[in-house]
Amino acid sequence: MNGPHDMGGMQCYGPINPETDEPIFHGEWEKKAMALTVGMGFTGMWNIDASRFKRESLPPVQYLSSSYYQIWLAGLEQLMLERKMVSEDELACGKMLTPAVTPKRPIPDKTAIAAGLLKGGPTDREVSSAPKFTIGDVVVTSVMDPKGHTRLPRYARGKTGTIIHINGAHVFPDSNANGEGENPQWLYTVEFSAEDLFGAGTHKVTVDCWEPYLHHG
Amino acid sequence: MAHDHSQDEHHDHSHLDEMDLKVRTLESLLVEKGYVKSEALDEIVETYEFRVGPRNGAQVVAKAWTDSAYLDRLRKDATAAISELGFSGRQGEHMRVVENTDETHNMVVCTLCSCYPWSVLGLPPVWYKSVPYRSRAVIEPEAVLAEFGLKLRKGKTIKVWDSTAEMRYLVIPERPAGTEGWSEEDLAKLVTRDSMIGTGLALNLDTLS
Repeated sequence: MNGPHDMGGMQCYGPINPETDEPIFHGEWEKKAMALTVGMGFTGMWNIDASRFKRESLPPVQYLSSSYYQIWLAGLEQLMLERKMVSEDELACGKMLTPAVTPKRPIPDKTAIAAGLLKGGPTDREVSSAPKFTIGDVVVTSVMDPKGHTRLPRYARGKTGTIIHINGAHVFPDSNANGEGENPQWLYTVEFSAEDLFGAGTHKVTVDCWEPYLHHG
Repeated sequence: MAHDHSQDEHHDHSHLDEMDLKVRTLESLLVEKGYVKSEALDEIVETYEFRVGPRNGAQVVAKAWTDSAYLDRLRKDATAAISELGFSGRQGEHMRVVENTDETHNMVVCTLCSCYPWSVLGLPPVWYKSVPYRSRAVIEPEAVLAEFGLKLRKGKTIKVWDSTAEMRYLVIPERPAGTEGWSEEDLAKLVTRDSMIGTGLALNLDTLS
């Protein structure tokens, strides 16, 4: 979806203003927002692509005026509401009013969480097909405006680049976010010149692109 | 921006109070419904507050600087080479290292969200997740680097890595001159978080003294 999250190449947002001696968390609420978002992921009720799609589907003004942990919280609430894990009334009062939905995975204790964080969630998968492209191939990216989730940014659509790395086959977010299964696809690192992307500049930009995004140049 | 400072503080405090209340309400609901355990939430916070952070990445860089066999392993399979040092897991499942050289300066961004190599750098700073950095890094990296006080030698090519998939990038900054014979431990102290994102360089001896 062409949403507010897809902001690469925009020039209107002003200076970056890095914070001096930035703390890891700005207050207790950021700790809890991070932990709740990560912790609720362990219920298995959604995947990382679905959670990204939920965040980028927030109303644009809300997305652009929220801090990142606020975006996470808003996305988390939406994911839980859609799956009837919580109700609006429960979110407002903080008390259980309806029975809990049984999560897809057992709820981890401290030890299981520690193990889960160390293991992570690898997205590489075995596929039977051979990669269509090889290093050095010139490719053109798709021109598309899907309504669902995609990881091909607008600034890199319909552009010519070169394959510089093959990263194996990975879960395809465009399918996985929309409940259509993992549908793993070969993943390539594609290098573009700034001139080809933006009409000017001497730098290079790389974008990790799944095979369905790419065509022979 | 011309703000009254005291108003700003007041605004920040009431905002904090509001968010504090919101997450406490949410936490007690989700614990009561049995979706998360409090001890698990504490473990997540402690992991990223105390155990996983940019010191991990600095060890990887210092070893890469001193041990050419290790650097080779990083180039071939960074995920495996990094896990040799005990760093693995969430948001570091598929690692790649990109090396700064005389000709190339690498920097990392996630234009679509906030992808960042947690296992080696910890949680990303606010600016990395901010709209200005995410939007501008790919189109005007030189101007972005200038805001971090970084001016590169003329003729050096900037390469911006947009983390659009689950590949996570760790920049290996150039080793500062005059550090021949240093131990990995001392070298690691020169490796800043920003130098591993590419918005900074490793500290040089002048900076230190």
